[in-house]
Amino acid sequence: MRYLPLSDTDRASMLDTIGVKSIDDLFVDVPAPARRDGTVDLPKYAGEMEVEAQLNAFAAENLSPSKAPFFIGAGAYRHHIPATVDHIIQRSEFLTSYTPYQPEIAQGTLQVLFEFQTQVARLTGMPVANASLYDGSTAAAEGVLMAQRITRRNKAVLSGGLHPHYRETIETLAHAVGIETEASALQVDGEAEVLQHIDANTACVVVQTPNLFGTATDLTEIAKAAQAAGALLIVVVTEVMSLGLLKSPGEMGADVVAVEGQSIGVPLSFGGPYVGLFAAKEKYLRQMPGRLCGETVDADGERGFVLTLSTREQHIRRDKATSNICTNSGLCALAFSIHLSLLGQTGLNRVARINYAKAHALKAELAKVAGVEVVTPRFFNEFTVKLPKAADAVVEALAAKGILAGVPVSRFDKTPEFANHLIVAATETVSDADIAALISALKEVL
Amino acid sequence: MADAPKMNSVGRPTAPAIDVETTSFKSLLGGRGLLQDEKLIFEWDDYSRTGVDFADIAIDASDLDGLIRDDLSLPGLTEPEAVRHYVRLSQKNHAIDLALYPLGSCTMKHNPRLNEKMARLPGLGDIHPLQPVSTVQGALRLMDSLAHWLKTLTGMPAVALTPKAGANGELCGLLAIKAAHEAKGQGHRRTVLVPSSAHGTNPATAAFVGYTVREIAQTADGRVDLEDLKSKIDDGIAAIMLTNPNTCGLFERDIIAIADAIHAAGAYFYCDGANFNAIVGRVRPGDLGVDAMHINLHKTFSTPHGGGGPGAGPVVLSEALAPYAPRPWVVAGESGLVLEEHGEDASQANFGRMCAFHGQMGMYIRALTYMLSHGSDGLRQVAEDAVLNANYIKASLSDVMSVPFPEGPCMHEALFDDRWLENTGVTTLDFAKAMIDEGFHPMTMYFPLVVHGAMLIEPTETESKAELDRFVAVLKALAEAALKGDVNRFKGAPYLAPAKRLDETRAARQPRLTYG
Repeated sequence: MRYLPLSDTDRASMLDTIGVKSIDDLFVDVPAPARRDGTVDLPKYAGEMEVEAQLNAFAAENLSPSKAPFFIGAGAYRHHIPATVDHIIQRSEFLTSYTPYQPEIAQGTLQVLFEFQTQVARLTGMPVANASLYDGSTAAAEGVLMAQRITRRNKAVLSGGLHPHYRETIETLAHAVGIETEASALQVDGEAEVLQHIDANTACVVVQTPNLFGTATDLTEIAKAAQAAGALLIVVVTEVMSLGLLKSPGEMGADVVAVEGQSIGVPLSFGGPYVGLFAAKEKYLRQMPGRLCGETVDADGERGFVLTLSTREQHIRRDKATSNICTNSGLCALAFSIHLSLLGQTGLNRVARINYAKAHALKAELAKVAGVEVVTPRFFNEFTVKLPKAADAVVEALAAKGILAGVPVSRFDKTPEFANHLIVAATETVSDADIAALISALKEVL
Repeated sequence: MADAPKMNSVGRPTAPAIDVETTSFKSLLGGRGLLQDEKLIFEWDDYSRTGVDFADIAIDASDLDGLIRDDLSLPGLTEPEAVRHYVRLSQKNHAIDLALYPLGSCTMKHNPRLNEKMARLPGLGDIHPLQPVSTVQGALRLMDSLAHWLKTLTGMPAVALTPKAGANGELCGLLAIKAAHEAKGQGHRRTVLVPSSAHGTNPATAAFVGYTVREIAQTADGRVDLEDLKSKIDDGIAAIMLTNPNTCGLFERDIIAIADAIHAAGAYFYCDGANFNAIVGRVRPGDLGVDAMHINLHKTFSTPHGGGGPGAGPVVLSEALAPYAPRPWVVAGESGLVLEEHGEDASQANFGRMCAFHGQMGMYIRALTYMLSHGSDGLRQVAEDAVLNANYIKASLSDVMSVPFPEGPCMHEALFDDRWLENTGVTTLDFAKAMIDEGFHPMTMYFPLVVHGAMLIEPTETESKAELDRFVAVLKALAEAALKGDVNRFKGAPYLAPAKRLDETRAARQPRLTYG
């Protein structure tokens, strides 16, 4: 077996050193009713070629965006990832190391995390950021729990533009800890409505920009009004590339920012693993969830980095910890950091402008199709159109023609009002030919 | 008198001069030869460069009036600069690919590269979670296959795939338990029993969902005290959270009796499956009375740890808890597999959603590749070799280091304490740091908390006997040095690492978490 170095001779000699006769003697503590002699009913050992063939068979049954005009977004986006990113993250020293518990032999990972935290802070316009969480949705939920710890209030108000999967994740975790949630019905352009639901028990309001429908919103006034009422403003961003062009949540007054970082450095991978970016105002530092990397010096006085403020964490505080999180999304954070270092402010702003241009070109073409109405008033690289027919059927018909057209709102919410709404995205990976193919196929289907 | 240096015919010395002092040498730039000192990307003077070629197009963003930012301050590196930066940083890390990484409870085993290759197939790595299900039948079938393997290996009827890591799986399990109690009108049950040796995530997760933690005592042989457990059961008990094999590396001999006692009290048995790698293919948790157990795919099924994630923590569930599994899940429909995202199936009373989308697909691919490679026979061998290697370490070192629970075999990890270091002036921490100078990652230290100065060694099954022998020889030599009073070797350690010991107190007192 190619992954197991022990030979039968090794095994025999080791059993001898241990002083037992057979391997079964090492499993004597297993209660008799649970001991099994044979193998379980599953296929046996297989060589690399055979396994590869099996995995190729799974892959062949999927329509990859690399083979189709592709306009799907709604929380996960297809962007170009420079080849360097995947090369670096497969280096043994990054791929096969663990959480940097021994800082003397983990300065590589730790310096990357320190740089990552700084990149996230600058990108979101916030003073502090952690070393990443699982994804954007769990980051948003952790933000709500943190708001409760800070304000000692027990209600979270969720906007009608918040991604429904984020709303459901927040509801699940918030209800588990006894936080009440009040969510507005889906709304294309109504983030400010959250202000109407704030009361004396409101810990936070959660808004999203660009929101599910792609609408970008200036949150400055919402921040002021929420904070005046004693509630924290949590800003969710599901398309991090937008921060290359749009005003940062920090500049608009956010208290906590929860971002899905997948668009920078992380492949679509059918929904995970992704990387949650989490940033906050400095005064909330000690209430933050997740790992934090901090600068210090070593015994020679040289600069170095360590995991810090671990007195917030489960392995020290156990049942008094700020969250139960153990790991972060380390390798995805590394990919994010490499990709963003390659982009820099220049490349990020350029690719953001290209995204804007592609999406607005797509909008212009879609608006010309009879019966199609663009409903998103202001957007970055994603917007919503209302079709003359049910959007889910149109998407299936277009998929049959080899075009991955977008996400029907009905995938999230069965409200009849949104049955014909389709969310479409266009990133730098979309070509003019892709747009022409979509328009032509759409005309046939409608 | 030293010989004159040997020269070749053009005057180039071909052997080192032997009377030059080399130990106190310092380089001009602060690095150590090939191990370069590497500044932060934020310390580059010019932020305007970029390593990605995008056209500098003009846009008319009039619809975003007042929403455009002008404060981006992010350094950019060209590709050669970026590659050097990260390669230099990488060389400051220890990794399994370099040497034994015996971090107890973390299962640092070899990560097969085939798994990486498969996760990068465009048909698996480059598909969107919200594509029409008709275009992702292979992805759903892969998830279904993974579910089948996990259910079969554990002997459990159901599995929730979405939890994103072990701790997230614990949360999933407890939320299912909470939902089940509430559905039966048993919402008043608010106490969770947790042994004193548990992982920190267990009590943290229980507290997270609003449960009160009640600690159970341990016996002198490192296992749950069944009598103490029974005495702490009342009608307020919601569940027990138990790791098996436990964090002392021992199999809980009374596990079936524990499960029976918990079930008789109307509570559920949550098993922390962090150590499933010790028993996979040999013991099915379903035969032990488990109601819910997370499986760390990054431990037992060798998806890479990646410097601290991403992991994956699917949770297998008993019949009693299966109806409460979170959405989404995969079901068979009329024309292929369907992703049930709204929980509309009437037989289900799901407790909600753990995360956007369907969990850690990238990890599912790697884990399934690992399972298909090993097969049922290979996985059984994995458990046997892991346990054999740990017992070999224990047997080989027990004459110099003290073993808190010497009776009987250990499972996949060998636990030592610090009694043997008494009066040497050397602590567990010092001893561990000295291992770094010998090229090994330290073992897990000071955990489990139930043992003083704990040293928990988990070699895993992917170490050869030769490597184990090398490791044992080094630990024995270090132990002898400690017992002989060579304290400096330990107190100053590590001497040869990329950094000396770091000041963690200073980092916490004056937190500096971003540059500038």
